[in-house]
Amino acid sequence: MSGPNSSYDPVQVTPLGEEQVFAMRDAALAAIAAAADLDELKRVRTEHAGDRSPLGLANREIGALPPQARKEAGLRVGQARGAVNQALAARSEELEAEAEDRMLAEETVDVTLPWDRMPRGARHPITMMSDRIADIFVAMGWEVAEGPLVEAEWLNFDALNLGADHPARTMQDTFWTEPAENHVVLRTHTSPVQARTMLTREPPIYVVCPGRVFRTDEYDATHSPMFHQVEGLVVDEGITMAHLKGSLDHFAQAVFGEGITTRFRPSYFPFTEPSAEVDLVCFVCRGTGEVPAPDADGGTGQSVTCRTCRGEGWIEWGGCGVVNPSVLVACGVDPDRYTGFAFGMGIDRTLMFRHGVEDLRSFFEGDVRFSRAFGTEI
Amino acid sequence: MKAPVSWIKEYVDLPADVTTDELAHRLTALGLKLEAIERAGGDITGPLVVGRVLTMEPEPQKNGKTINWCTVDVGSANGTGEPQGIVCGAHNFAPGDLVVVVLPGGVLPGGFEISERKTYGHVSAGMICSARELGLGDDHAGIIVLPAGAGQPGDDAFDVLGLREEVIEFEINPDRAYALSLRGVAREAALAYDAPYVDPAARVTPEPNDQGYPVIIDDPTGCPVFVARTVSGFDPSAPTPDWMARRLQQAGMRPISLGVDVTNYVMLELGHPIHGYDADRLAGPIRVRRATEGERLTTLDGARRVLSAEDLVVTDDSGPIGLGGVMGGETTEMSEATTRILVEVASWDPVSMFRTGKRHKLTSEAGKRNERGVDPTIPEAAADRVVELLVAHGGATADPGVTKVGEAPATPAIQIAADLPARVTGMPIEPATVISCLEAIGCNVDGEEHLVVVPPPWRRDLTDPFDLVEEVARIVGYDQVPSVVPVAPAGRGLTQGQLLRRRVGRTLAGDGFVEVLTFPFVGSEAFDALGLDAGDPRRTALRLANPLSAEAPLMTTTLLPGLLETVARNLGRGTTDLALFEIATVTLPNVGVAAPILPVDRRPTDGEWDDLQKALPDQPLHLALALAGDRELSGWWGPGRAATWSDAVAGVRDVAAALGVTVDVRAAHQAPWHPGRCAEITVTDGMGAQRALGYAGELHPRVCKAFGVPARTAVAEIDLSALLDLAVEVVPAPSLSSYPVAKEDVALVVDESVPAETLARTLREGAGELCESVRLFDVYTGEQIGAGRKSLAFALRFRAPDRTLTEAETAAARNAAVALAAERHGAEQRT
Ligand SMILES: [Zn+2]
Repeated sequence: MSGPNSSYDPVQVTPLGEEQVFAMRDAALAAIAAAADLDELKRVRTEHAGDRSPLGLANREIGALPPQARKEAGLRVGQARGAVNQALAARSEELEAEAEDRMLAEETVDVTLPWDRMPRGARHPITMMSDRIADIFVAMGWEVAEGPLVEAEWLNFDALNLGADHPARTMQDTFWTEPAENHVVLRTHTSPVQARTMLTREPPIYVVCPGRVFRTDEYDATHSPMFHQVEGLVVDEGITMAHLKGSLDHFAQAVFGEGITTRFRPSYFPFTEPSAEVDLVCFVCRGTGEVPAPDADGGTGQSVTCRTCRGEGWIEWGGCGVVNPSVLVACGVDPDRYTGFAFGMGIDRTLMFRHGVEDLRSFFEGDVRFSRAFGTEI
Repeated sequence: MKAPVSWIKEYVDLPADVTTDELAHRLTALGLKLEAIERAGGDITGPLVVGRVLTMEPEPQKNGKTINWCTVDVGSANGTGEPQGIVCGAHNFAPGDLVVVVLPGGVLPGGFEISERKTYGHVSAGMICSARELGLGDDHAGIIVLPAGAGQPGDDAFDVLGLREEVIEFEINPDRAYALSLRGVAREAALAYDAPYVDPAARVTPEPNDQGYPVIIDDPTGCPVFVARTVSGFDPSAPTPDWMARRLQQAGMRPISLGVDVTNYVMLELGHPIHGYDADRLAGPIRVRRATEGERLTTLDGARRVLSAEDLVVTDDSGPIGLGGVMGGETTEMSEATTRILVEVASWDPVSMFRTGKRHKLTSEAGKRNERGVDPTIPEAAADRVVELLVAHGGATADPGVTKVGEAPATPAIQIAADLPARVTGMPIEPATVISCLEAIGCNVDGEEHLVVVPPPWRRDLTDPFDLVEEVARIVGYDQVPSVVPVAPAGRGLTQGQLLRRRVGRTLAGDGFVEVLTFPFVGSEAFDALGLDAGDPRRTALRLANPLSAEAPLMTTTLLPGLLETVARNLGRGTTDLALFEIATVTLPNVGVAAPILPVDRRPTDGEWDDLQKALPDQPLHLALALAGDRELSGWWGPGRAATWSDAVAGVRDVAAALGVTVDVRAAHQAPWHPGRCAEITVTDGMGAQRALGYAGELHPRVCKAFGVPARTAVAEIDLSALLDLAVEVVPAPSLSSYPVAKEDVALVVDESVPAETLARTLREGAGELCESVRLFDVYTGEQIGAGRKSLAFALRFRAPDRTLTEAETAAARNAAVALAAERHGAEQRT
């Protein structure tokens, strides 16, 4: 606090000569330079720059000087104090930086410590593959249709040209519910969704239906009483087998990668005519039936039979065909105006090829190590 | 269908350079799917030679068996020309017989290596082979004795035994019944290579006359054609020729006796089932009719069958003697004494065949062909071929009588536009190609643009234009179908429900839950294990008529049994810290409504469609969670946290929050949960009504034991369909105040029975509009509070949308909150 010094006492006047002021300043600068840490610097600040420090006292006495001496002394003391304050600030910054470096060094941790505080969650690979397949078709403008697992016999069979006396009924080993006269089954394929879709929508129809199906197969590495299919159905004017082939080629490439195409073989399904089995170019050997021999041979260029396709170069993927006109009739679609195609692929099977799953049971055992390996998107 | 390649080649003149693999692949491309190629003897490596037994000395052994010490002339096959000494356990041969010998160095099926070895005091240098040892059949009773003149000692036995035959096994689709014969397979091979073909059914047969065995058909719909021929003087002890026995075996049938083998052989050759009767055991004329309900018949397989009025039977004066077209009867079966044989070749109605086979659970080679439909024009040829073989190999004489009743029905013509194959397949198929393809499969084609097509009699599967399209397409080649992606109209994307279901799965996976898929099959034991009351609605489950396991015949009504079994399985595999979820439908049966079997010649009416829907059980989507072990693991960061009831509740709350639905919880008693640790999850629906979605909490300790899961396992199960229905489609954006927040903490002591949720609601209500949030941050019980009491500490935040709150305003709001809590719950403020 400054102001006129009212309690003027000439006895206490300190000499404010040039030498004395310089000495005070130099002593202060030396002390600042010598301060080893921020605490010491704080003490130095009080001793050499505080109100009761020599320079502080000198400053206070300027007012007591005769007016003619005031200006010169004021200038001299002011410069000295400025130099000291500047040095203090610089040293303070230096010491703070040192202190921070020291603190950061002390706080170093082992960043390799484990991070498994909460076990990871995962979706099921079949769910993810179903979603992925749906997305492929939705991107083409198709929609996703659904139907119940416990289904009317008429929709699972009769409407699909599988009448009660059709020998092909016994090909699909069906779970029947009690009482038999209720005519209710566990759907043996996703195809009843075809009939449901035609009965509830007007053409043009472009739908896929991923879902669960059931057959009375004993449970082993390649069979399961419950598995998953994806059904596709298109009903529109001018639809041909070429559109079926185009859709499946696109589907195959979207799931398995560029260049993986399909092949048709004549087959038989009551609900399609013509009917075909669909084979897929083996995406492991890319149709050659051979893969390079394991490294044991030191890259000699030798090859061995591809295990995925057993050397065939092709993998059986599913069934398809042109919708049988009698199915269109049962579902109220005019067969003279519209044609359609349908296909059905195993989702579990698709995953088995794509990811090298060796045992179908892996999907249904619920071992968390299995699902976790696939994460949350496939 | 197993087709020996040499047999195929009897009827089709294939190019010489066609390999079996190539042939099989070409036929696969035509629709006869390759299952496997068997190479008979492919697992035998020589030396396998013909030998002549020179001497055999029976030597009784201490173990009661008698072995034969033999010397066998194997020519120069053993390198020395000296007789080979061999020990043999069989006795069905004599010196001078020709046998099959495998010499040291040979390997038999199963990797059985033959070497010189000391046995029964001799050095046995090889083995005299039985049919079974060579993989040629089941006959192990004795060694193979070759017919005299089959070869010379030292000859390679592979050729003599037909061991170099290749057999292609095809999977025949139900529509291609004609390919269940060599006649049909060879026809397809001819089609594949455009090669000359000789139809084995094309033969000159004697004219029917009235001297044949009398046959009457009462049901011409069920049996349109019946041909009967008889032979006399048959030698029942005549052996089946080796070539015939071998082909039967290669085709997968067991040789039985010449009479039976000939009928089977001709069935394989021509595709037409044939039945042979012991003519001396027939009594009076043969009559074909429907059975009378309850009539009895013992079939050839020894089964006593009670017949239905729908079954077609062949009868004589004694009653039924055969289930027509499916299986013959025991009383007229051919035996070792049969010298007169009646050969029946009849056409049967396929539907009737299928029903009878199904009704009597009878599958036979004959039934398989008859129910798919056979060529009705060839019974005479087939019967004549059988007679020919019986005469040639059984010493029989053909009787002059030839019975034929009925005529093959004409094959209906199919009208087809010549451009239909192109329009359906997308391939540029010219009408001329359509005609030539149809003619190639035996159709008679008339017309140019509109074709009138009469299919050949062996193709009874061809009934409509699309059947013909498939024929044309497979001959032009499925590989010629172009690939064109169809352009769909603009789609609407996934439905809201489909999107939300994905959101639920992702939310839970993000929360550390792992998704599992389990089978929906349970037994009532699972409901017992869950501790469900006798009257619990979850015990009412849909029953399967043919479950895979008798222990699990029901369609589950709850996902918990499957989920708990999965927990136990993971524990068994060493994973102890688990958070699982499953999303699947459950089946809630409705009572007593049958699903109609609707007509298929038209669309169902709206009423019929509704009836169908109503008959199906309710199948809501459920979500279930299970947690065991640690929810958070212990580690360098500190101790872990065991999963508790609250994690199960939190999982459900998280899902609800992800769907924008506010759920309420309240204490409940519900199996299988711990009675003091069960939360009922409820929602308020659009009409303002409170409805239960499901339950979450800790499992009852007894249930944990029953399922073998750890104590304190926590589970939740809710009706996800109901929750999805309530999901907020469009979230309204919040309007946020940027004025400072005022915070106040209050600790309230209440009776232990007051739910925290209720108290929090009261505080919120009492604090009024200025209250932004109420959060419980501590629960304390102890001596300071007193028995039966608890202290709940809440953090309250206040904020106004338009101004900074004064201390007085905040205090007033807080006091109002505390006052309401005191009034409603007797809450005392703790200081
Ligand atoms: Zn491959």
